Amino acid sequence: MMFTILQKVAYSGLLLLAVIVLNFFLLHAAPGDVADTIAQSMGGADAETMERIRADYGLDLPLWQQLLEYVTGVLHGDLGYSFFFNVPVTELLLERLPATLLLVITAQLLALTVGVLLGVISARRPNGLASHFVTLLALFGYSAPVFWTGIMLLIVFSLMVPIFPVAGMSDATLTGGWWAHAVDVAHHLVLPAITLASIFLALYSRLCRASMLEVLGSDYIRTAKAKGLSEGQVVVKHALKNALSPVVTLAGLQFSAVVSGAVLVETVFSWPGLGTLALQSIIARDTPTILGILFFSSLVVVVVNLITDMVLRLIDPRIRTGVA
Amino acid sequence: MTDFATPVPPEIEQPRAPLAETTEMFLHNHAAVAGLIVLVLVVLAAIFGPSLYGVDPYEMVWAPFTPPGSEGYLLGTDYLGRDLLAGILAGARVSLTIGMAAAIMSVFIGITIGAVAGFFRGWVEEVLMRVTEFFQVLPTLLFSMVIVSLFGASLPVITVAIGLVSWTAVARITRAEFMRIRELEYVMAARASGAGNFKLIFRVVLPNALPPIIVQAALMVGTAILFEAGLSFLGLTDPNVVSWGQIIGSNRPYILDANYTVTLPGLAIFVTVLAISLVGDGLNDALNPRLRAR
Repeated sequence: MMFTILQKVAYSGLLLLAVIVLNFFLLHAAPGDVADTIAQSMGGADAETMERIRADYGLDLPLWQQLLEYVTGVLHGDLGYSFFFNVPVTELLLERLPATLLLVITAQLLALTVGVLLGVISARRPNGLASHFVTLLALFGYSAPVFWTGIMLLIVFSLMVPIFPVAGMSDATLTGGWWAHAVDVAHHLVLPAITLASIFLALYSRLCRASMLEVLGSDYIRTAKAKGLSEGQVVVKHALKNALSPVVTLAGLQFSAVVSGAVLVETVFSWPGLGTLALQSIIARDTPTILGILFFSSLVVVVVNLITDMVLRLIDPRIRTGVA
Repeated sequence: MTDFATPVPPEIEQPRAPLAETTEMFLHNHAAVAGLIVLVLVVLAAIFGPSLYGVDPYEMVWAPFTPPGSEGYLLGTDYLGRDLLAGILAGARVSLTIGMAAAIMSVFIGITIGAVAGFFRGWVEEVLMRVTEFFQVLPTLLFSMVIVSLFGASLPVITVAIGLVSWTAVARITRAEFMRIRELEYVMAARASGAGNFKLIFRVVLPNALPPIIVQAALMVGTAILFEAGLSFLGLTDPNVVSWGQIIGSNRPYILDANYTVTLPGLAIFVTVLAISLVGDGLNDALNPRLRAR
């Protein structure tokens, strides 16, 4: 087991290395280089100065050497310098990362809990009201553009009925202890998290319903019922435990989609995370920053995939022992 | 009385053409048919709407934020006084075209990679599936944002940016189908009778692998439309071409004054994608009758 985990970690490392290499080539494919950016910020430079800047930044070296330097740089946490924000990219990203993580993880957990709950309820009565609700929800979650869902929630719950704040992550004028701040952030988080969860909630509840229906029909469930266990015990302890692993697998696979969705949701709610930063840096043509975001978010996805894998091993002994 | 002398021949049920059976199954699914009707209407509106309505979506025709229904402007005007209905009709063209083109591209890439991986197995499969996983790790929207920002926000670049990141699901499905079908007897028979790899892949295995791929391709058009809407909502689109997402994005700062400029184009996206997914579900049931029990 230890070996397979190490294997997974090594493989994830390779995936990230591939992202770094891709980033390097994208950086090179982009029109203009660092020297151009610097010259621009200085208000123009002659050919000699340009040459000197290029030499300073190693841009006159052969491509493979530049690639090597770029990769070692990234591995040491150096993602370049943002000439637009005037800080090292890594510093900038680390500052924005917590907001995105908070949003993404809250939304994912919300979607999973509510999705599994709806899935279980509707699986117990396949033709009941909850079941139809799950079908409707699934159609809505799949078809509505997430940024539009966000704006609609904003119109209803911030403008028409002002329960939740319109934008941002915290109230700048707020005074009080950390508890007051935590409540304030949570208050700001409600609408963005619900919006982002709305896409995945439907997916999880639908899969959970299908997988519960399959498990509930199996022999060992009948045995459990025949033993005289209560309905709740059978559903939660026997059925759900086995029905959960496809849902967790899907949740792991979906994580890069969650991060993508977060870009749109952050933009709608002016959430100060990596997504809004991505848009800002694209508008400012700040290539190192946007590529840094691509790398950071891939890193988050890879780490979450590893965690998902561990969770699956915990809840599903078949994977742990390699039987399945 | 029955005439015993001439026995009535027992009725033999004729095997029906698969296409007819699929069509019939599809038509029995009311939701799918409704989706198809809506979809046809949307396509017709996109093709004939702009010339029938005859209002320039780029021209200022009335005071900004004229509410829907007033002064003959059916859906009102946006923050620049442009006719919203004209914008939605013109946007339908862009959204549908990019959605279709990007879906075709991603289905093409996905089938190629999935077919080669599932057919040849071995190290080829290993390499191709690693590439697929790589694309699954990259947050798709961010990657397309990078591509669009580096290579310019023109419609072809946007289409490629969407197609390039959306093929992984098709590749996985195709590979699974190929792995299953390549072991079947008729494939072995075709191989024994001298069919080459190319013929085996495209003439023998692929036609039989198509049903789930068709369903995925249908859903893919919806995903691509949502994707394009997302990009143009962020402003990463050709600024001179009106599209649904772009209308929403550019009118978003004014939702306090006029929320219909955001609500209505979003509704257009929602209804279109909903219709596509209903059709996709219907196709799924019709093409995989065994799964209907679910």
